[in-house]
Amino acid sequence: MTTVVSHRPPAVARRGLASRVLGRQPEGILLSLPYAVFIVALYAYPLGLAVWMSFHKYIFTAPGVSVPRPWVGLDNYENVLGDPALRQAFVNIGIFLIINVPLTVALSLLLATALNAAIPFRTFFRTSYFVPYVTASVAVVGVWLFLFYSDGLINKVLGPLAPDPSWLINERLAMPSIAVYVTWKQLGFFILLYLAALQNVSKELYEAAAVDGASRWRSFWAVTVPGVRPATTLVLLLAIITGANLFTEPYLLTNGGGPNGRSATPVLLMYQRGIEQGHPDVAAAIGVLLVIGVLIIAGVQRFVERGRD
Amino acid sequence: MRSRTLIVAVAALTLGATAACGDSGGGSSNSDAAQARGPINIWYSNNAQEVAWGKQAVAAWNAAHPDEKVTGQEIPAGKTSEAVISAAITAGNEPCLIYNTAPAAVPNFQAQGGLVPLDDFSDAKDYIQQRSGSTADQYKSPDGKFYQMPWKSNPVMLFYNKKAFTKAGIPTDNPPLGSYADFLATAQKVVSAKGAKYAIYPAPSSEFFQSWFDFYPMYAAAGDGKPLVADKKATFDNDTGYAVANFWKQLYDAKLAGKETYNGDSFADGLAAMASVGPWAVAAYKGKVDWGVVPVPTPNGGSSPTTPTFSDAKNVAMYASCKSRGTAWDFLKFSTSKEQDGKLLELTGQMPLRQNLEQEYTSYFTKNPQYKTFAAAAAHVVEVPNVPNSVEVWQTFRDAWSNSVIFGKQDPKTALSGAASKINDLVK
Repeated sequence: MTTVVSHRPPAVARRGLASRVLGRQPEGILLSLPYAVFIVALYAYPLGLAVWMSFHKYIFTAPGVSVPRPWVGLDNYENVLGDPALRQAFVNIGIFLIINVPLTVALSLLLATALNAAIPFRTFFRTSYFVPYVTASVAVVGVWLFLFYSDGLINKVLGPLAPDPSWLINERLAMPSIAVYVTWKQLGFFILLYLAALQNVSKELYEAAAVDGASRWRSFWAVTVPGVRPATTLVLLLAIITGANLFTEPYLLTNGGGPNGRSATPVLLMYQRGIEQGHPDVAAAIGVLLVIGVLIIAGVQRFVERGRD
Repeated sequence: MRSRTLIVAVAALTLGATAACGDSGGGSSNSDAAQARGPINIWYSNNAQEVAWGKQAVAAWNAAHPDEKVTGQEIPAGKTSEAVISAAITAGNEPCLIYNTAPAAVPNFQAQGGLVPLDDFSDAKDYIQQRSGSTADQYKSPDGKFYQMPWKSNPVMLFYNKKAFTKAGIPTDNPPLGSYADFLATAQKVVSAKGAKYAIYPAPSSEFFQSWFDFYPMYAAAGDGKPLVADKKATFDNDTGYAVANFWKQLYDAKLAGKETYNGDSFADGLAAMASVGPWAVAAYKGKVDWGVVPVPTPNGGSSPTTPTFSDAKNVAMYASCKSRGTAWDFLKFSTSKEQDGKLLELTGQMPLRQNLEQEYTSYFTKNPQYKTFAAAAAHVVEVPNVPNSVEVWQTFRDAWSNSVIFGKQDPKTALSGAASKINDLVK
């Protein structure tokens, strides 16, 4: 009886192992390496460090200085969740997102649709909407302060209808005012995303809708909105992420989160706790909670989107 | 493919976390470092007057010490100098000396291991105490060492706009601003007469340091120089603290003080008739406002230039990454010598934290009598307490102040009691 043993040639075995580890196109790894290094160095490492810091007692120290950094379990998270100022900041950012995100999506889609049509001075309008986005926040905030100051233009126009206390020192109106400001400032960028998406919506679909007797409004709902759905997903995600990272506007517009903490945001408090007060461990816990919050919102949004598809 | 990506991501995160856990110990021998000589870098503030002072000090030193060259530059821009310095300490790229070190930030910098105790130099303690006298004691850290050289103060006093006061029929040579009642009446008068929209307009923002320009000077004056924290306990949860808080609350409630952000200098722009500022403002308001100056008010009046007030000092600290510490210490002594303090006074109008200022620089104060009041006050300044968690202490106080005094959401007494209790825990 002869036993036949099948031996794979060694070269093929090596190729198989290499192929399993490096994939079928190993040179692709080389090409993607710079970006992978970028992601690891600037995103993965800081995120990992932040998670580690949030479970330890941690302070920033000079190089070579050794201080104990004991494991503290959930103490930093308890500190964050037990602090009324931080709880208020998370509520504030919720209010901000509820106003800012839908407003951003609706306005940028409507304006992009208008700017995509053959209207006079189209280039001028496209540039005009983009100008606030590329202008430094510090400069634009100055203009908004002038507008929304108690003696400002808006209150002068409103006369007796002007709110008292005025917009930016009114506990109920401060955060909505910031949400409107941020919507206006970032509109140009989101319009640009929608304008790009609108180029991919087939003109034949509009013609077919017109032949079927659809009004402009009907073809907007039936053709444009579904046609730019991938862009809407992107706009929603970006608006949520940038909104959750709000810092400059409350820092400059409302006296650093005023009045009385009603426009303070988690990132503003991360700066206060981590940089100013020397508690980066607590700041890291705020950051981790913020990341989890954003992931949950983005996850729910994706779930709803998939359900629709 | 997905699992491979996951493995790579987990590996990267683990590497990050592992790297974070590892922390090399070590450190150099302090005594050797204290003798080391060579070129050094320094940072100074970015206002025109201090830049001029810094440049001439560096030039004068370099001319005499070509082998121990000093390179000066303005402190890099950031949200605050403290944040910039803290980041530099962590990165290990801070200069040897920073001529803009806020006393409130010293405990944090010290906790970071970023400061060199000046006591490492055998003559440091005597030098500091001889130069600044008993005022220097306020700058000692809880371990009894000096981690900062007391450098200059800006005693906070009350500036008033003579034009606005004249419009309201208020005498400008000795205006009634001594007691809280006088101040409130004068404030009401100047606003009613439209001398200015607001009587006074300290920044109403929530930054931890803003209480240094509304509450603290008046608390120092009312409490006979008591700092915010003494013997590991908050000192303001008493009638003196409540009196100051209620005084400011009356100003805000009557709309005599502004609650909104103002992007500019409210006093220079004529929006406010008064401002609580230090002598740096003399140069800043030159040609813009015809001003007069009085000490900050006290509950029952009777304040004088020797009434305690907040120092608004900026000091010099030596930072841990400094290699040539011997040179740095010599330059520090050179730049705080009688001659260089005179130059500082001349170029910036700020008060060197030096004993007997008026006697030391008689000719300067004869030529510039408007600075005499500040020189008298400079010997009676109160500093922020040198305690652990100093910035958090001030932020806690500021939050309570904003909540109760500025926005009226809480009774000031309850708010101050709550803040005092939190602060007591922070400074334990």
